[in-house]
Amino acid sequence: MLVIAALICGFIFGLGLLISGMVQPTKVLGFLDIFGAWDPSLAVVMLAALVVSGLGFGLAKRRERPILARQSFLPTKIAIDRPLVIGSALFGIGWGLVGLCPGPALENLATLSPRVIAFVITMTGGMALHDFWQKHQLKIRYARTLATAGDG
Amino acid sequence: MANFTPVSAAIGGGLIGLSAALLMLLTGRIAGVSGIFGGCLGLGMSDKGWRIAFIAGLILAPLIASLIGFVVPSPQMRVSWSVIIVAGLLVGFGARLGGGCTSGHGICGIARLSVRSITATAIFMFTAIVVVALTRHVHAG
Repeated sequence: MLVIAALICGFIFGLGLLISGMVQPTKVLGFLDIFGAWDPSLAVVMLAALVVSGLGFGLAKRRERPILARQSFLPTKIAIDRPLVIGSALFGIGWGLVGLCPGPALENLATLSPRVIAFVITMTGGMALHDFWQKHQLKIRYARTLATAGDG
Repeated sequence: MANFTPVSAAIGGGLIGLSAALLMLLTGRIAGVSGIFGGCLGLGMSDKGWRIAFIAGLILAPLIASLIGFVVPSPQMRVSWSVIIVAGLLVGFGARLGGGCTSGHGICGIARLSVRSITATAIFMFTAIVVVALTRHVHAG
């Protein structure tokens, strides 16, 4: 059931990106181009999405648990830390360069565009690189903790 | 504002919001595409099924829409291959490091009034606007 629900949600999400025009990178760049022929459509997309999801999240909060799962998986971090700031800044640079973010990039795989495929491959590479680097950092930190513990 | 399409933007945005709301109500998960997709990559993770299903639904949407006569636009990317490669790496690495992308932070996070997500969205909007300004108006002109 969880898998079917996720499939339907992904499908609705994809329809939303398609109907709103956000699958087209030039449309997204038109929003980001505030000094050119500015196209505010993306702001309307976000606003409409925020209203509907906000209502849904409000309903979800009232429930003890989700309909198809034992518990909710909500983010627990609250601090504005360096990874959040640096990661978001890098993400924005990449987004501004071509006008693709992960949702529309994956959805556009359906068009079999070689440029989209190349983008998704390098995007996946970037994610894997991050996860590998983070694991490595954790190992170093763990080794340091062991070393200082040994000193004591 | 010649290209402004408020009606289709509102309908499409409403559907994106509906998807996020349903995913939360039904499965208790956040509809953040970079998080959902990123979670497919890790080896040995047990909850991959729903993640793969969500991505499959996302890719199926334009295929089924085109079957019923909806014109699916072919994506326009007027940049060199090297820019595509760099942009892909930045988007992937940045979204993982920053803990989310346009959907996870920009929609779900803001809808939950998360200060982290509001900050993240402000930052990536800002750097993206600067990059577009530089590439379209400074570098080009």
